[in-house]
Amino acid sequence: MHLMYFTEQPMSAYPVEEGRMFGATALMFSNRFFDPVAGSRLYNEYLEQYRLAEEVGFDGIMLNEHHNAPFCMQAKCNVFASILAAVTKRVKIVLLGNPLPLAENPVRLAEELAMIDMVSRGRLVSGFVRGGGQEQLATGVNPAYNRERFEEAHALIVKTWTQPGPFRWEGAHYQHRVVNPWALPLQKPHPRVWIPGVLSKETIVWAARTRYPYIALSTAIDATKKIWQLYDQVAADTGYAGGPEYRGYLQRCHVAETEEKALANARQFMWMQGEFTGLAHPVWSSPSGYFSPSYRTAFVEYAVGRRPNPRGAAFEEQIRDQQIVAGTPKTVIPKLRRLLEETRPSILGLWGSDGFVTNEDTKTCIRLLGEDVLPALREIGKELGLWSPFEANAPVSQAFPEPARPASEAA
Amino acid sequence: MSADDITWVSQPIPIAGAALHVARGGAGAPVLVLHHDIGTLDRLPFYDALARRFTVLVPSHPGYGRSARPEWLRSVRDVAIMYQWLLGTHDLARDLTTVSVIGLGFGGWIAAEMATMAPRTFRRLVLVGAMGVKPERGEIADQALLSYIDYVRLGFADQGAFDRLFGANPPTSTLEQWDLNREMTFRIAWKPYMYNPTLPHLLGGVATSTLVVWGRDDRIVPLECGERYVKALAQARLEVVDGAGHFVEMEKPDALAQLVAEFVSAG
Repeated sequence: MHLMYFTEQPMSAYPVEEGRMFGATALMFSNRFFDPVAGSRLYNEYLEQYRLAEEVGFDGIMLNEHHNAPFCMQAKCNVFASILAAVTKRVKIVLLGNPLPLAENPVRLAEELAMIDMVSRGRLVSGFVRGGGQEQLATGVNPAYNRERFEEAHALIVKTWTQPGPFRWEGAHYQHRVVNPWALPLQKPHPRVWIPGVLSKETIVWAARTRYPYIALSTAIDATKKIWQLYDQVAADTGYAGGPEYRGYLQRCHVAETEEKALANARQFMWMQGEFTGLAHPVWSSPSGYFSPSYRTAFVEYAVGRRPNPRGAAFEEQIRDQQIVAGTPKTVIPKLRRLLEETRPSILGLWGSDGFVTNEDTKTCIRLLGEDVLPALREIGKELGLWSPFEANAPVSQAFPEPARPASEAA
Repeated sequence: MSADDITWVSQPIPIAGAALHVARGGAGAPVLVLHHDIGTLDRLPFYDALARRFTVLVPSHPGYGRSARPEWLRSVRDVAIMYQWLLGTHDLARDLTTVSVIGLGFGGWIAAEMATMAPRTFRRLVLVGAMGVKPERGEIADQALLSYIDYVRLGFADQGAFDRLFGANPPTSTLEQWDLNREMTFRIAWKPYMYNPTLPHLLGGVATSTLVVWGRDDRIVPLECGERYVKALAQARLEVVDGAGHFVEMEKPDALAQLVAEFVSAG
């Protein structure tokens, strides 16, 4: 298995009442409510937590990126990836992911990622995403070309990593006269790419066709099984067998010394419900051209309040359905076992806490996960044959059907 | 003559590989009417009023309404060129100097671009609440931040007029059409949003006599843009219509039709 630690890096020091009065807390909720003194403290706490996660035995640290968002302070995943490249020694640095369409210059991104890979001595997993609807508005990029920009940026980055320069790129959305960065990834053929997502069929199909592992973000167990059905079908059509080494899952999981404490802290996973877009604004989260035409009817109705915000279930329901897992190690392990048995991912992200959970409680959660939960998960993983792409020496992609290896170090 | 006397026919006309849906009605000198970014209803009292005096062509812009979407289209100038192409081949426009172009809102931006490309050609130019130039003091309202309904309502001074035209609760099919049109607007006018920074520099060459009409209460494109157009164009004057917002033709169809007809017909 590959067991990784995740936090959204919540900006938990903003005035909640102001957000409620404004009615939405992403994109337009004024950053006059952002306190950089608290921001500075929080970033350093998250860094402390990441170092602890490595210490207690996590295989990887998962990072993400959002903009204009109190629910997530990571405005640039490459920044924290760079920090971790220097201050950690062993964990994989798993970006889930760089929002490619937001990059006006994919070559620049390829450069940064190559630097991170080299400084970390080959520990980068470079996931890519389309970026949420709000991210397009926050960064000024055209939502109508989102999918095209994603695919072209991806092709350009992989080419930059794998084909010697200088070469020229005259694309529909990106034009570069000289692609020749003096920064290339350590891992060959290139760093592994994992694709996180929720339910978008197109993304699942694209990931499977490209042969990149797909990381399901906290989807309900039944929905998750459908994702793997689709992925495996496309895999078969593409000419390979899907299975655990292509499957990842992000699980909200808070562990504490008592059940009561765990449950109380786990309520903080609801502090920003609206799934991954905070208090999702129906218009800002779905700009025209961003969602695929097959969803048009649903989204236009949602935009004018004719369809309810698909915010997800209430806390008790999420506890019952295991979308949120909370307890002592003793009660948490069987729940995670059930997830692993039912959906068989080899990559598991454990999202330890959110909202106002204190730094102390988060660190306790990390310690308990490391000491008690991870070893049990590894045993279950072995029992169920859940070999991670690293353990299975899985190919990097359909285009590069070989496992990733660091280039030999210079003498 | 009542509105029932006007027969509108429409046909797809292939331009630059895309089938443009073009509606035509009335009789008389030819007038090309270019619709708003939200699209257009099939029939409007304003179109009928014009059709009593002129032959009116109301195309749907490429990618809007029933017109096919050219995947390669990238700018408002591309649309302007497609319309030049349409006029160059249309049987009505054998003598382009008889053609007048009336642009409504976003259609006004297209019309202005067309005029810079053919600065001595058209008979008359009318720009109504036109996008295309950057306001110096205010801002053009950003539809990306507004729901479909809120954006269209923003263009009305009289919400009753909106209700009469679209219904107090427009059906989902209307919303889908607004979304499709908005998507096309993003494809060609995402940024800079709703203006061309070079256009003001090129309007000075337009010899065509121009009428710029603005709704007094236009909350989408500030009145100062109308003033900017008049200042930049060689031959232009401004008319402000009271009690109208951005969608002057939908709120004050008779007043606007009167202004346009008099201006276009005048010697």
